[in-house]
Amino acid sequence: MKFWLGAAIVLVGLAAMTSTLKYEYFFFAGYTVLMFVVLATAWNILGGYAGYVNFGTPAFFGLGAYTAAVLYKATAAPLALQIAAAAAMAGLLGFGAGLLTLRLRGIFFAIATIALTVIMETVFINWRYAGGATGLQLLRPPPTAPFESYIKMLFMVMALSAVAAVAVARYIERSWIGRGLRAIRDSEEAAEASGVPTLRLKLFACTVSGALMGVAGAPMPMYLSFIEPPSTFNLNYAIGALASPIIGGTGTWLGPVIGAVLLSSLQQIVTVTISSEINVLLVGVLLVVFIVAAPDGIIGLYRKIFARR
Amino acid sequence: MGIPLDLLLEAVLFGILLGGFYAAVSMGLSVSFGLLDVPNVAHPAIMVFGSYCTYMVVAWLGLDPILAGVLLMPGFFLLGMAVYRFYYEAFERRGSETGVRGIAFFFGLALIIEVGLILAFGVDQRMVDAPYIGKSLAFSEVRIPMRMLVAFGVAIVLTVALTLYMSKTFTGRAIKAVAQDEPALRLMGANPVRIKQWAFGIATAASALAGSMLIIVGPVEPGMDRVYIGRTFAVVVLAGLGSMTGTVAAGLILGISESIVLMHPGLGASWAPAVSFMLLLLMLGVRPQGLFGR
Repeated sequence: MKFWLGAAIVLVGLAAMTSTLKYEYFFFAGYTVLMFVVLATAWNILGGYAGYVNFGTPAFFGLGAYTAAVLYKATAAPLALQIAAAAAMAGLLGFGAGLLTLRLRGIFFAIATIALTVIMETVFINWRYAGGATGLQLLRPPPTAPFESYIKMLFMVMALSAVAAVAVARYIERSWIGRGLRAIRDSEEAAEASGVPTLRLKLFACTVSGALMGVAGAPMPMYLSFIEPPSTFNLNYAIGALASPIIGGTGTWLGPVIGAVLLSSLQQIVTVTISSEINVLLVGVLLVVFIVAAPDGIIGLYRKIFARR
Repeated sequence: MGIPLDLLLEAVLFGILLGGFYAAVSMGLSVSFGLLDVPNVAHPAIMVFGSYCTYMVVAWLGLDPILAGVLLMPGFFLLGMAVYRFYYEAFERRGSETGVRGIAFFFGLALIIEVGLILAFGVDQRMVDAPYIGKSLAFSEVRIPMRMLVAFGVAIVLTVALTLYMSKTFTGRAIKAVAQDEPALRLMGANPVRIKQWAFGIATAASALAGSMLIIVGPVEPGMDRVYIGRTFAVVVLAGLGSMTGTVAAGLILGISESIVLMHPGLGASWAPAVSFMLLLLMLGVRPQGLFGR
């Protein structure tokens, strides 16, 4: 109950911002922060709960974005339909990739997901209808009623997606699925021996995680009015999706949210004030420092400090 | 297949040279990941770092790039030992190396190296100069670039040296033993950590030479490690973890298939990067222990 109340307050607060704040750049940057909340939450379902590292975030994200773009080009479908289709396609990709590689040890899954990203990028570079290597220009439709600009509308869409993603992750975490996934992370052999359906659970987690990443990508073509392979399948999405949960704490749904909000806000600030190279360096250094010094992330640090008192 | 015979012949010939080069750049990973089970995703980044070090040595001292690579090897050996020591103290000893943290650590390391290179050198491509770069041998219709031949030669030497080292010397056999059965080695009174540290040093030293070959074969830029993550891991997995002869065979398979796709009129350069990854995915799905798996 407390969770839903909190979610409602956040949503109402953000909606109030869209009608009062005039500064468009805030929503432009805020959209990115919220997008990384979705990506980090999605990553954490497989990476945090089950301990399977996914480097392929851009593959799912990009497939979602391209599904939306192609659907829009072909039928001028509304945004909600684009997002639903993106979720379905990316979920399907997650299921397929999982079926192929989730029987293997974790590192092979990680390598296979990198492979997936490059294959997806190559496919879309060679697909003429979707714009090929040069990309595809998209004309945005006018924003729907209560919103005065398209960016503000996308900002709210992403806020809703973030709340939905966190709710899904929280549900999984608290149900028997989450317990099963945690058992897999601690010892896959022991879990299998105690009757946990490990492969089925991993497949489920990979599918849901992929679908949510697709949702994060779906509004991207409309956000930029443009889509092209190199920036859509950029490894930086993988970095953000992996670093945020590790910095925030991988055990709970709150970790990725804290990590993503802190990290991508910081990234936005650093990119604007210093440079985008320093911004990537910062993520790398933070990632290594947290893995080595604070393996349970900010949440773990917080708990440690309060346990002592 | 829709590809003329003479073009196919040229593609296969070029593919063999390319394959030898791929085998050489994967050799270090074959030791560190294949034998030691360290998820060294930073291997290609260390290699690109080796390319830039070669570039600097060549620019300052005017040496031959291969000689520069050889001179870099002791330094990279120490660097590798330090990286493994850190990895061991931070992860393996606490028993948390498997799963998320170990991989994420090397991923972060790769990122730091990549951005460090961008900050130091910029995103422009860098290349070196040597008498054999830019020339090519012509056999009637087929032309073979000299730089590929040189890289191939170095690759062969590196492979033979590593294979001999692993099978003939005491330390080399100990490295193989640590891969097979670590507790048994410990019971024999040997220190597996010290052996692994040594082996990781050798793997990193091999990356230095691989880096100098990389900059001979073509211009390098800091982001190049991302493509080579796929290529090197594809070769090592295809080979079967830790098999040196397997690494050569897998490198040749990858080189020839990439080169055929590259020269195929219907496919061409835009499909070439996907070849290694397709091979990798297929291998993982069908026969995860690799062609020459243990």
